[in-house]
Amino acid sequence: MNVDLARWQFGFVTVNHFFFVPITIGLAFLTALLQTAWYRTNNDQYLRLTRFFGTLLVINVAIGVVTGLVQEFQFGMNWGAYSRLVGNVFGAPLAMEGLAAFFLESTFLGLWLFGWDKLPRRVHLLTIWAVSLGTVLSAAFIMSANSWMQHPVGYKMVNGKPQLNDIWALFTNPVFVWGYAKVLLASLTTGAVVMLAVSAWQLRHGRDREVFTRSARLALIVLVPAILFTMLVGDELGVIETRYQPMKIAAAEAQWTTCQPCSFSLFQIGGGNNDHTPTQIISIPHLLSLLATNHWNGKVVGLTPLQNQYVSKYGPGYYVPNVFIQYWSMRVMAYLAVVVLLIGLWGLWLLQRKRLATSRLFLWAAVWGAVLPFLMNTAGWFLTESGRQPWIVQGIMLTKDGVSPTVSTTWIWISLVAFIVVYATLGTVDLLLMLRYSRKPLPPARAEADADAPVPAVQY
Amino acid sequence: MSNLIPFWFIVIAILWTGFFILEGFDFGVGMLHDLVGTDDAGRRAAINTIGPLWDGNEVWLIVAGASMFAAFPGWYATMFSAYYLALVLLLAALIVRGVAFEYRGKRDAVRWRRTWDVLLTVGSLLAPLLIGVALGGLLNGLPINSAQNYTGTFWDLLRPYPVFTGVTLVLVCLLHGATFLCLKTTDDMRERSGQLARRIAPFACAAVVGFAIWTHVTHTSTFFLNPIELLAILAAIAAVWLLYDNRAGSAFAATTVTIASCIVAIFVGLYPNVMVSSTNAANNLTVHNTASPAYSLKAMTVVVIIFLPLVLAYQSWTYYVFRRRVSKSDFEPQRVPAQPPAGVPEKT
Repeated sequence: MNVDLARWQFGFVTVNHFFFVPITIGLAFLTALLQTAWYRTNNDQYLRLTRFFGTLLVINVAIGVVTGLVQEFQFGMNWGAYSRLVGNVFGAPLAMEGLAAFFLESTFLGLWLFGWDKLPRRVHLLTIWAVSLGTVLSAAFIMSANSWMQHPVGYKMVNGKPQLNDIWALFTNPVFVWGYAKVLLASLTTGAVVMLAVSAWQLRHGRDREVFTRSARLALIVLVPAILFTMLVGDELGVIETRYQPMKIAAAEAQWTTCQPCSFSLFQIGGGNNDHTPTQIISIPHLLSLLATNHWNGKVVGLTPLQNQYVSKYGPGYYVPNVFIQYWSMRVMAYLAVVVLLIGLWGLWLLQRKRLATSRLFLWAAVWGAVLPFLMNTAGWFLTESGRQPWIVQGIMLTKDGVSPTVSTTWIWISLVAFIVVYATLGTVDLLLMLRYSRKPLPPARAEADADAPVPAVQY
Repeated sequence: MSNLIPFWFIVIAILWTGFFILEGFDFGVGMLHDLVGTDDAGRRAAINTIGPLWDGNEVWLIVAGASMFAAFPGWYATMFSAYYLALVLLLAALIVRGVAFEYRGKRDAVRWRRTWDVLLTVGSLLAPLLIGVALGGLLNGLPINSAQNYTGTFWDLLRPYPVFTGVTLVLVCLLHGATFLCLKTTDDMRERSGQLARRIAPFACAAVVGFAIWTHVTHTSTFFLNPIELLAILAAIAAVWLLYDNRAGSAFAATTVTIASCIVAIFVGLYPNVMVSSTNAANNLTVHNTASPAYSLKAMTVVVIIFLPLVLAYQSWTYYVFRRRVSKSDFEPQRVPAQPPAGVPEKT
C-alpha cells in the first residue's frame, strides 16, 4: 500500500515538474538566441521578442524551481531506505547539480531580469546564456543520476551495498549519453513548439505580422531538426535499453515470446499483463527488430523467457513491468512525435512560400500543437520509469524495498492530497497566466520612441 | 581520508548558515513587506529589494539538502522521513512564497495582489519557523530506533527546545529583514523599517540570549557558554545598540553575525552527532555511522572546492550590481508617461 501511494505521489509530482522543465530549458535557449540576434543586428524587433518570450520563460521558471524543491525532498521523505542505500552514488550528482547548475541558473536569472538597465549590453547578453547553460547543466546531472537507476555503473558492491568507485562512469554511461541527448532535444522541441504556438496565435489575430513571423521562423528552424533528432536519438536509446533493460522494450511491444525477426504493431486490442495474445492491428514486419537492435533480423527476447531468466538470477518474483503502460506510452510518444514533425515540415514549407502568416489552417494547427510535446514527454517518462519496475535501481534494489520504513500510510495520504491541491492550483494559475501573457499585444521595446533610450528592467 | 567526514560536516554547516544569512533577510522582507510598504507601490518596492536575489539565495537550501544526501545519506534519509509532515508544510510554504514573488505583479487586480501578499507573508513566516523546529530537533533528540528510523508521531517533533529554536529564528529573520529594508529603501519606507527593526530588536535579542543558553544546556553539562554561543548573544546585543544608534549598515553586519552564529551553534552542539536519539544514546546518528564512503566524499570535495568559491564570487557580484536603494516612487502608477513636460514635475 505504502509503495503504491509513494509511487503515485512521486509520479504525480515528477510528471508535473517535467511540464515546466522542458519549457524552461527550451525557452531559455531560444530567448538567448533572440537576444543574441538583437545584440548583433540592433533590430528592435528582436528586443521586443526577447522580452516577450522572456516573460513566458519566467512564469514557468517560477513553478519549475519550487516544484524542483519537492523533487529533492521526496527521496528522503518517501524513499528513505533507497536514499540510505544509494545516497553515496545517487546523491553525488544531485549535490553537484545544485552547486554547478542551480546556483548559476537562479543567480543569473535574477541578473538578467533586473539587470536590463544596470549591466552593459554585452554582459547582459552573457547573463541569459548563463541561465541557459545552467538549465542544460542541471539536466545533465539529474539525468546521470536517473540513468544510474536504469543501468548502474561505476560502483562496486561492499557488504551488499553499492559504493561509488568511478564518478566518470556516471557520465559515460551509454544510457546517460543518449538519454541526456534525448532530454535536451525534447526540451528544445517543447520550447520551439510553444514559441511557434504563441507566434501562430498572434499571427492569427493579425498582430505584428513581421515580428511574429520572425519568431515563428526561428521556432520552425529549431523545431524540425530538434524533433527529427529526438526521434533518431530515441531509436538509439531503445537499442541501448534492449541491451540493459530488455524487459522495458519487450513490454513496449507486448512481446511475450522471443521473436526473430520481430514485427511492430501499430495498434492492438486487449493486451496487458494477463492477456498474452492480444489482437494486433497492422503489423509492420521487421520494424521492432530495427528499433530494438538496429538489425533487419534482430532478435528480441520475449517477456516470458526474460521472466524465467530473472527468477533464476534474482530469485522468485514477478519482474515484468506493466505491459499496458509500456505498449501505449511508447506509441503515444512515437506517434505524437510524428505529428509534431509534420507540423514543423508544413510550417517550413509555408515559410518558404511566404504564406506562413496567412495560412489559417496551419496557424490553428500550430496553436493546438502546443499540447503535443507535453503529452509526448509525459508518455516518454512513463515508458522509461514504469519500464524500470519492479526495480528502483535495476538489478540492485526493488522499488518495494526502497520506501521509508516508518512513514505511515496516513502521512502519505496527507502529503499526496496536499501536493495534488497545491499543484492543481498552481498549474491552473500558471496556465491562465501563460495564456494571458501569450495573448498580450507585443509591447514596444522602450517607453520612448528614441532608439537610444535605455531598456527598462523587469520589476516584480 | 577520514578527515573528509568532518570536512563535509563543516561544509553542510556552512551551507545552512549561508542559507540563513541570505534567505534570512528574504524571509524577513517577506513577512514585513506589508507593514513597511503601506500601499501597493510600497509593497512592490519592498519586494523588489530582494527581487533579483531571493531565488539564488534559496538555492543554498537545495544545495544543503543535496549535500546531506550525498555526504551523509543516513542523516538525510532519517531526517527527511522523520520530518515528513513538517516538510510537506515547509514545501507548501516555500512553493507559495516563491510563486508569490513571480506572480504577484502579473495581474493588476487588488484581490489578486492581496492574495499573494498574504501568501508571501505566511510562507515567509512558516519557512524559518519549520526549519528552526527541524534543526532544533536534531540536537534536542527524537525517538530513533537502532535501525536509524524515526519511530515517533508528528507531535513528537514539537518539543519545547525545537519550537523555541523556530521562534528565535523567526524573530532573528524579522530583525535581519527589517534592517535590510532599512538599508535598501528610501524616505518613509526607510524610516518605517528602522522603527520596526528597533521594535523587534529587544524581543529578538532576548530570544537569542535564551536560545544560546538553552542550546548550551541541551548539548553539554559544562557551565560556560562556548565562544559561538557567546558570539550570538554579543552580536544580538550589538544589533540592538546599533539600531538605536541609527547605524543601519553596522546593525546589518551585527544581525548577520547573530543569525550565522545561531545556526553554527546548533551544528557545533551537534558534532559529532548529526541526530540525537531520545530513545537511546547508542542509536544516535553520528557523522561516522551515516557518512558516505571515502571515494564519494573525495569526488564531492573536488566539486565543492571548485564551485563554492565561484558561486560566492558571482553572488557577491550580483549584490554589487543591485546595491542601489529601491525607491517607492519607482512604482507609483502615474509614472507611465516617462518624459514629463520640462520644468513641470509630474504630480504623482
